[in-house]
Amino acid sequence: MDDQAQIVIDGVTHTYRPAHGRAVLALSDVSLEVRAREFLALLGPSGCGKSTLLYLVGGFLPTEVGRILVEGRPVSAPGPDRGIVFQHFALFPWKTVRANVLYGLERQPLSRPEREQRAQAFIDLVGLGGFEESYPSQLSGGMRQRTALARTLAFDPSILLMDEPFGALDAQTRALMQTELLGIWRRTPKTVIFVTHDVQEAVYLADRVAVMSTRPGRIKTIVDTRFGDRNPSILRSKQFVEKVDEIWDLVRVEAIKAQEDTAP
Amino acid sequence: MTRAALRYLPLLILAVAWEAAARLNIVSALALPPLSHVAAAWVDLVRDGDLIDNGLTSLYRLIAGFLLAVGVGGALGLAMASWRWLDAALRPLVELFYPLPKSALIPVTVLWLGFGDGSKILLIFLGCMIPVTIGAYNGARGSDHVLVWSARSMGAGRVRLLWDVVMPSALPELLNGVRTALALSFILLVSSELISSQRGFGYLIGYLGDNGSYAGMFAVVLTVAFLGFAADRLYQILMRWFLRWCE
Repeated sequence: MDDQAQIVIDGVTHTYRPAHGRAVLALSDVSLEVRAREFLALLGPSGCGKSTLLYLVGGFLPTEVGRILVEGRPVSAPGPDRGIVFQHFALFPWKTVRANVLYGLERQPLSRPEREQRAQAFIDLVGLGGFEESYPSQLSGGMRQRTALARTLAFDPSILLMDEPFGALDAQTRALMQTELLGIWRRTPKTVIFVTHDVQEAVYLADRVAVMSTRPGRIKTIVDTRFGDRNPSILRSKQFVEKVDEIWDLVRVEAIKAQEDTAP
Repeated sequence: MTRAALRYLPLLILAVAWEAAARLNIVSALALPPLSHVAAAWVDLVRDGDLIDNGLTSLYRLIAGFLLAVGVGGALGLAMASWRWLDAALRPLVELFYPLPKSALIPVTVLWLGFGDGSKILLIFLGCMIPVTIGAYNGARGSDHVLVWSARSMGAGRVRLLWDVVMPSALPELLNGVRTALALSFILLVSSELISSQRGFGYLIGYLGDNGSYAGMFAVVLTVAFLGFAADRLYQILMRWFLRWCE
């Protein structure tokens, strides 16, 4: 199993030091391995450090204690091998849908027509054909997140880091996007680390769910959540509901702890 | 068309009231020459070439000082937002210079560069630079770190980040600073020319006033007012185009 791990997180501890206020131990001795083309969900209440862990893998924050290896090499900076999708889309508001998607392709060894073609293919893939010349401000939340997804998929990172990507969307759009993401993931298999606090979402999307404890963040347990065929109908299956309950019980304790932590 | 006409109706009413007040001797014609006399004086000034000559001199000073201020001020603001040591070094200077009435520098710039174009350009440059710098600085400081991260994950280096993310993020505030600078540039131009110049709009206003050609004086004042107004309108159109992506 070890030699298959694409991402190795080994004994990572991270202290968050805000410019004002006291330092917070965000992650404590976190170890985790993610296999190539695996879909892993990081699940935990807000403030458990799951996004911090994602940013460390992304290379946006420096690893201070422990080590993070991607394809055997320690992570030192962001790179196009690890694409990221943020909760609030992080689109360039001054660029059109097309220009946003093209941005990640600019530094790829492709000719201009190839880039254009590739951008168009991914805009079509996420169902945004016809909106190429729209600015993000003219799009709905769901369409913005589709654009962000197309932008990240277009430069073909082998790893997809997703930071509560559907957290800002309404329930219907979220359900739609989840199914769509699975479809895309099946067609272009990638290693995915998907941060969420939504148990059902985690169980539905992921092969494995890493449940995190709160403050300091630790991996509490890892649950295998592979079912047969993933489609919306499994959401009502007994197997699925039981799995959600099982994980929900694990998370509940942490959620209550997190509430007590933030209570005045 | 009718909406535009309605919008400027108050100006028309003001013009009629002006003409009437002077004609009916409600105000002395010396204090306020009738608008028709002002118009006639304007035509004469154009025909003599006085208005054009002095106008071109003024426009040259204005544009040179303004463009210098936008270029240097914008770059300075972005640089201060990007490098902490530069921020630490220059911020006290900017803060000190900000509330200073820039017209107080008129004698200083004359002392350094004489009565010609140089002192006017320097004054406009110094005065207009501050709002541009502050706009660029605040705009760049406010750029979303998630956008920076996004660009970095797509392989953008330091220079590309500045160009692709920080600058566009700064644009709305930067352009507002530039608009303030545009208004300031007219103020500084005319006041410096009134005090220390042998050419330009300000000089012409002072000269005509001193010689009792009040209709001519008003003609130049109205010309400057119109140019300032037109420049601002044009700038707003440009700004809207630049910021067409804003919500």
